[in-house]
Amino acid sequence: MTRKGKLPLFIILFLFVISLLSPFLPFHDPYMIDLNALREPPNLEHPFGTDNKGRDVFSRVIYGGKISIGVAFVAAFISVFIGFVVGIASGYSGGKIDTFIMSVVDFILSFPSLLLAIAISVILPPGIYTVMIAISAVGWASFARLIRGHVLTVRNMPFVEAARAMGCSNLRIVFLHIAPLCIPLGFVMMGIKLGGFILTEATLSFLGLGAQPPVATWGSMISANRAYVLTSPWMVLFPGLAISITAFCFNLFGEYLKKRFDFKDLRV
Amino acid sequence: MGVDIKAYILKRLLLLIPLLLGITLLTFSLLKALPGDPVQGFVGERASPEIIESIRKEIGADKSFISQYAGYLKLLITGDFGRSYYTNRDVLTDIAMKFPNTMKLAFGAMFIAIPLGITIGYISAYRRGGFLERFMNIVSITGLSIPVFWSGIMIMLIFGLELKLFPPSGTGDIRFLVLPAVVLSIPAMATLARVTRTTVIDILGMPYINTAVAKGLPSLKISIIHVLKNAIIPIVTIIGLDFGSYLNGAVVTETIFGWDGIGRFTMEGIIKRDYPVIMGCIISGTVIFVVVNLITDVIYHYLDPRIRLHDKER
Repeated sequence: MTRKGKLPLFIILFLFVISLLSPFLPFHDPYMIDLNALREPPNLEHPFGTDNKGRDVFSRVIYGGKISIGVAFVAAFISVFIGFVVGIASGYSGGKIDTFIMSVVDFILSFPSLLLAIAISVILPPGIYTVMIAISAVGWASFARLIRGHVLTVRNMPFVEAARAMGCSNLRIVFLHIAPLCIPLGFVMMGIKLGGFILTEATLSFLGLGAQPPVATWGSMISANRAYVLTSPWMVLFPGLAISITAFCFNLFGEYLKKRFDFKDLRV
Repeated sequence: MGVDIKAYILKRLLLLIPLLLGITLLTFSLLKALPGDPVQGFVGERASPEIIESIRKEIGADKSFISQYAGYLKLLITGDFGRSYYTNRDVLTDIAMKFPNTMKLAFGAMFIAIPLGITIGYISAYRRGGFLERFMNIVSITGLSIPVFWSGIMIMLIFGLELKLFPPSGTGDIRFLVLPAVVLSIPAMATLARVTRTTVIDILGMPYINTAVAKGLPSLKISIIHVLKNAIIPIVTIIGLDFGSYLNGAVVTETIFGWDGIGRFTMEGIIKRDYPVIMGCIISGTVIFVVVNLITDVIYHYLDPRIRLHDKER
């Protein structure tokens, strides 16, 4: 891996490790309400200031990172998994099943993804699991389409034919000969998509459909403190910066992956 | 050819019917699956079972799922999307009233995004490997990484509340339109810039560009006639996709800026669980989406007659 791809990945890992280790680091308690320190501007004790309940914004941003990045990762894993299964099933079986699955995929892809995710998170009770489900329910479609395309090229390769000639069952061919070849592709695609997932997670929790208070996530911090933006902008500024920087690093990393593995026509 | 394209449009519009049937069936069964009994809520807790039964019969809640769905469809066809639970206003009238606002916002955002996005994409393609390309690259990745709700609040704070250049929120004339349109245009501009860049780089490597340069054509003429004309299809695709989703309501932007459009209407419906509103928005949204896609395909046909419309179905 060249330097270009490493740097953003390193920053993300650094942020994530810090937020995972945060309970053991000497930060303020992110949930401690301090009525003597309401809406303090950034200072030495509270580098990002305090919010309208006197909670330290800095440690809330750090804690929020754990949930925001974690949810995006889990959602990405679920999407890859579903997309993987559906894509292989669709590509390998071909025919009517393939046509049907791909028209479902086309339908999902042609709809504004945010609206679909919002609709799903309304049906389910709000919380981080709902966000994971909502993101992956929309996100699997593009993975499925990509994996399917890959399966279509792989399944006509000589070694698959050889396996079939030797009398391998379909299941064996799918699991031992085709699926392993699709795994790297799935992970590359996941890296490309993570930046978008971070933003969707933030948007859903901004709309109040994600983790519920007092749990801190970047999106919910912004929506909770929106009303104070004129008098104390730091409460909104720093969580937003955290989202933007994380998404930026993920997108940069995705850009690197795209170049490295030659995904030219993928929509970001 | 003219007859051909008319037939094609008609065919696509006919395809809308099964799609809408599917969507209404889906949303209708979702509504039915939700917890809570409307009759129970209607008569209160103490009503006797006989009364509940009779009301059930009266409103048709005892009929089979299919006949209830058929009844719902019949209402939809007559244009009766129901009334909002909260405002008691006709949903279809409200959607028709709010649609022009959403359209204004979508056009405003595109008015900013299209020229800027294409210019940025062009510059970074022409200055490949240089400082300017790296800078433009960072600009466009940043545009994709900033969440709209945050940039919205920040832009509102700086230009609306601090500098007081534009009204911070509300619906109205062009001054109200500026801030939300700018915010909405950022991600579209970024995607457009990236797509333009990759396409233009591909085209610049084509032999016919070498020919044009060798012929001694002025570079401006090459970049407009030879490059832009060939790059236009992917650009139109992105514009069509974004425009389609904007017309369905830019949920977040409209909510933040208090813009009275479809997006905010949908969001309010969702938050308040106002089911007639949600279903109305979903149905009208599907129609809008299909129509915008259709228009994009027809534009393809006129831009590049080599693309045969029927092949689009894959």
